[in-house]
Amino acid sequence: MRTSDADDSMTAPLLSIRNLRTWFYMEAGVARAVDGVSFDIGAGETLGLVGESGSGKSVTALSILRLIQSPGRIESGSVIEFEGKDIVTLGDAEIRDIRGNRISMIFQEPMSALNPVFSVGDQVAEVARVHAGMSRRDAWDRAVEMLALTGIPDAESRAKQYPHQLSGGMRQRVLIAMALMMKPALVIADEPTTALDVTIQAQILDLLVDLQKKIGTSILMITHDLGVIAETASRVIVMYAGEVVEQAEVDELFAKPHHPYTEGLMHSMPHIGHDQERLNVIPGTVPAPTEWPAGCRFRDRCPYSWDRCEREHPPLYQIGTGHVSRCHLAVEPERRNSPHPPLVVEAGVAAA
Amino acid sequence: MLRYIAQRLAQAAVIVAIVATITFALIHLAPGDPFSAVMDNPNVSETVRQTLRAQYGLDRPLPEQFVRYVGLLAHGELGWSFSHERPVREVLGTALPNTLLLMGVALVGSFVFGILIALFQVSRRGSVTDHVLSGLSLFFFSMPDFWLAILALLTFTYWLPIFPVGGAFDPVMHEYWGLGGRIVDRLYHLALPALTLMLLASAVVARYQRAALLDVLPADYIRTARLKGLTEPEILRRHALRNALLPIITLVGLSFPALLTGAFFVEKIFSWPGMGYAVVLAIGTRDYPLVVGGVIIGSIMVTLGSLLSDVLYALADPRLRSR
Repeated sequence: MRTSDADDSMTAPLLSIRNLRTWFYMEAGVARAVDGVSFDIGAGETLGLVGESGSGKSVTALSILRLIQSPGRIESGSVIEFEGKDIVTLGDAEIRDIRGNRISMIFQEPMSALNPVFSVGDQVAEVARVHAGMSRRDAWDRAVEMLALTGIPDAESRAKQYPHQLSGGMRQRVLIAMALMMKPALVIADEPTTALDVTIQAQILDLLVDLQKKIGTSILMITHDLGVIAETASRVIVMYAGEVVEQAEVDELFAKPHHPYTEGLMHSMPHIGHDQERLNVIPGTVPAPTEWPAGCRFRDRCPYSWDRCEREHPPLYQIGTGHVSRCHLAVEPERRNSPHPPLVVEAGVAAA
Repeated sequence: MLRYIAQRLAQAAVIVAIVATITFALIHLAPGDPFSAVMDNPNVSETVRQTLRAQYGLDRPLPEQFVRYVGLLAHGELGWSFSHERPVREVLGTALPNTLLLMGVALVGSFVFGILIALFQVSRRGSVTDHVLSGLSLFFFSMPDFWLAILALLTFTYWLPIFPVGGAFDPVMHEYWGLGGRIVDRLYHLALPALTLMLLASAVVARYQRAALLDVLPADYIRTARLKGLTEPEILRRHALRNALLPIITLVGLSFPALLTGAFFVEKIFSWPGMGYAVVLAIGTRDYPLVVGGVIIGSIMVTLGSLLSDVLYALADPRLRSR
């Protein structure tokens, strides 16, 4: 029943993460923000990475680019293999050569991610100046081209404007242009639509998918929004408390979520056609990363938990083809028939 | 922008007028007058004293003297300096360039030096070097300007006599040198007072600039810059400094008054023939018109300085440029 934690069906993945542990050494203790994560991304693939705040998805993303700042550290034994190199052990110059060039990233806050005192064209052009050694003029022309490609009308004059003169959607297009400037092999999109209006969200997602097809880049789509995953990703990884708790093809995951946490995420999505007074929520919050509970880390919030979950930290069980889940229900499926109020609710600390 | 500058200039005029009035009142309320030192002794008869004071209008009630002084100002005159026996305009006219030279060198020098120190510290933030430099800048930041000036004077002209004791040029040899020699002589005399002022001011700049840089570094756009593959020094110089310079521009305006008052004491101690030196001496001799005239020029410099920094700020920050 037990298996290795990665998808075996892929051949020669673009990015291969094995046992990634990124810990933060703080006064309150060691925060194990990412605690033994493994997964692969194939060339041209869009992989969804879901989880709530504090699950470790953003830290995973920043680890891939080695952008973890002190007191954080990627622990030894972690492996991030990309195009035949181990990012964890690369020299500073080599990792800089990858950043913005082979792997780039799009952030959640397009306003604060842009430098307020430089024109947007200048900021996009900078990527080409750094990595392609282009002259100021060539880089600028390339930036204008790229801005036009992301659907910014009148890119020539827009490029001369400053971030505060653009709308949120425009700024996100600028960041996308910046990320795709060098036609990278992998784009990490960290909540790229969260800060945008709903109508703009769909446009930006369409744009990403469209440009991905043109350039042939892989995307790691990080979000807490399963709707975004459904629209863009082919495979999904669900993270909880610094670990991968479930991994499956998108259709499989939506049809047959196995882990109670994934199930909870599905239930907390609003459905059109269902009249709901309030949204379903998963009670409680992610525990503090300095003190992950022994056994199953989701236990206190789980409606099925039993004594085994306290004793034994669940491994990733193979559920189906390319489908794994970190839940003991895989070996004791009959427990799913007897749900109970989660421990946090019984303790009276239910989140509203 | 032009409208804003006009508004600020009008405000500046009001401020200068108020400062001039207060100074006029204060210096007249102080005991004694321009003739006290020479004539308030038993050898000078009471009649002579009264006649002389009446000639200069010093026997009139204060409000009347004030109205007459304002009338003078309205004609663009600053009055007659009792101690120099020359028009105040002439006295300040020869002193002002010396003060501007000293302040200008100290201002530019302190900002360049202070910003470089801060960049160096931030590039090694948390290291021993950083802490030592922070301690040093705190030391100079807290040191009174006249104290450092006296120490510098003692150290470099008495114990280790490598700089001249005072003045802006060599009083004897200056006339005999060619242009090159005169410039070298001027710089040689400028060095100690300018370095003293610069050291004091750069400590302030370094502390502000370091804090401003550390404020900027956690920003998302710095992470974006890292993400582009820029090196840390590039990120610091280009992305962080450009933003962290904005609060420092405000400091330029704020440091004007401090530099000016600093220059007053430093000029006095190094006998630098500038405006501060002239005004400090004038206070002692109750040279009313010279004191008020000096303060008026000083307050004009301060208000223009703060206006200049506001305009620079607006030009440097694209978010304010359009306003």
